[in-house]
Amino acid sequence: MTALGELRALSAPRGMQSAREKAARGRDNKAAAIFLAPWLIGLIGITLGPMLMSLYLAFTNYNLLQNPQFTGLENIQRMLGDERLGASLLVTAIYVLVSVPLQLAVALALAILLDRGVRGLPLYRSVFYLPSLLGASVAIAVLWRLVFGGQGLLNALLSLFGIQGPAWIAEPQTALGTLIVLHVWTFGSPMVIFLAGLRQIPRELYEAASTDGAGRWRQFRSITLPMLSPIIFFNLVLGLIGSFQTFTQAFIISNGTGGPADSTLFYSLYLYQEGFSSLRMGYASALAWLLLIIIAAFTAVNFWAAKYWVFYND
Amino acid sequence: MTELRRWVRALSKHVALIVVAVLMIYPLLWMVASSLRPNDEIFTSPGLLIDTFDFRHYPDGWNALARPFSTYLLNSAIVVAGSVVGNLISCSLAAYAFARLQFSAKRIAFVIMLIAIMLPVHVLIIPQYVLYAQIGWINTFLPLIVPKFLATDAFFIFLMVQFIRGIPVELDEAARIDGAGHARIYLQIMLPLMIPALATTAIFTFIWTWNDFFSQLIFVTKPDLYTVPVALRSLIDAQSQSDFGALFAMSVISLVPVFLVFLFGQRLLLRGIATTGGK
Repeated sequence: MTALGELRALSAPRGMQSAREKAARGRDNKAAAIFLAPWLIGLIGITLGPMLMSLYLAFTNYNLLQNPQFTGLENIQRMLGDERLGASLLVTAIYVLVSVPLQLAVALALAILLDRGVRGLPLYRSVFYLPSLLGASVAIAVLWRLVFGGQGLLNALLSLFGIQGPAWIAEPQTALGTLIVLHVWTFGSPMVIFLAGLRQIPRELYEAASTDGAGRWRQFRSITLPMLSPIIFFNLVLGLIGSFQTFTQAFIISNGTGGPADSTLFYSLYLYQEGFSSLRMGYASALAWLLLIIIAAFTAVNFWAAKYWVFYND
Repeated sequence: MTELRRWVRALSKHVALIVVAVLMIYPLLWMVASSLRPNDEIFTSPGLLIDTFDFRHYPDGWNALARPFSTYLLNSAIVVAGSVVGNLISCSLAAYAFARLQFSAKRIAFVIMLIAIMLPVHVLIIPQYVLYAQIGWINTFLPLIVPKFLATDAFFIFLMVQFIRGIPVELDEAARIDGAGHARIYLQIMLPLMIPALATTAIFTFIWTWNDFFSQLIFVTKPDLYTVPVALRSLIDAQSQSDFGALFAMSVISLVPVFLVFLFGQRLLLRGIATTGGK
């Protein structure tokens, strides 16, 4: 079961517990305290503690050199009038809403192509999977700069056909598109998860459907999609959370500026600029909390919507 | 007739797969080829065949920054090694507790752990920076390594919990009847049986830490301590418009360790993400 499936199961209503079960639960308290000590120290010291501290900092003016000054709602007022914040929200929203579904569609399509006993499956799978391991690195972002630059690989290829391409990463209209392409390029990881999911679907379902005269498209819609929906859901939630946080590629491609014309100013890049370049740590903390709220809201909506389209066979 | 149709279908499928495979891998091959070409030929040759080999980019890039590139490789290796050891120890301890021990508030602790998997790092980075600055850890590797010893990569706890649940409880019970405590059961029974999960954890930690840029950029600003991603970034600035070959050469070198791990650990990687859904 995936982490999300587990969460769903745990949030389901509990049955009555017997007294014996309750007694058993405290049985290993001492041992658990020892085994969980590192995790607990980390949870309190470098997760929950800092979260609370950043909630406080969000209402202060803080530049790391002087003590934080409490400024009430000033940071929130500032957010409302912050044009670059608006730009970064728009860039991130476009990126998330385009690249995540696109990547999943490609991953699913190739998983289905690979599923039905293709010769050479291990080789194809390796070739498709490799980019997803490399994609987050600075080296690949460097490569992307040079593939989509004015004199890059892409334009060299296009010129073979007599087409003069633009400087893709230097044009506000296309720069974000190159990053979406990069995200789609790393479809291998969800593809492997889809492949494992497809294996779980009983073959008899397809046999029965085809005896009843269902065509391939009908089989896909009525068997594959519903049976695979928990895995689609899983990939969707993690894809959304991950792509909201995209930083490295935008940073490298735009030299840390988010340009041209703020067209690659991803939210996390803006947060970095405010916090670590301008040293407005209070405002950056407020931005961080806004990100957390947005991601939590997106995830909650996803979980809610899942009731209507995710099919759990249990 | 049906024989022919099946053949045509298989052929068209392979054609589609091969086209995608070429699209996926071509940029990588072009990068390797470009690192071996004279600078003025890089952007005029979209092909992969190399007319004149130029090996200078490798020594040039290696020595382009204040320190030889080996320094940065070593720094990355230290951070990666520390992170792998930290994750293996702390996550397996926590996983044993979650999978095998009965304790109060287990359910709520487990839910918190699952939610923590999805927590964005950006929410924590500023107060963490403040904290590390106060205890003098900025410009050391400690902010990159110590959290791993405190099981902050909760995803691996979950991966190991899933794995331990598949190990028959009778093994623990037999050991307990023989008088073994939890420490011995963990060390002598669980850890040896968990080796596949530990290997998957080690491999993913290796790759994610090796590629990580955000936290290394923030916590390490002294050039002597640059890790490979941060060094590559400053190489972009240093080379700016001229020596693309050197930039390509060092980029290729930075990808080699990940590629090797992929080559030898592929089976574990694929099984790891297929069983727990990856991240």
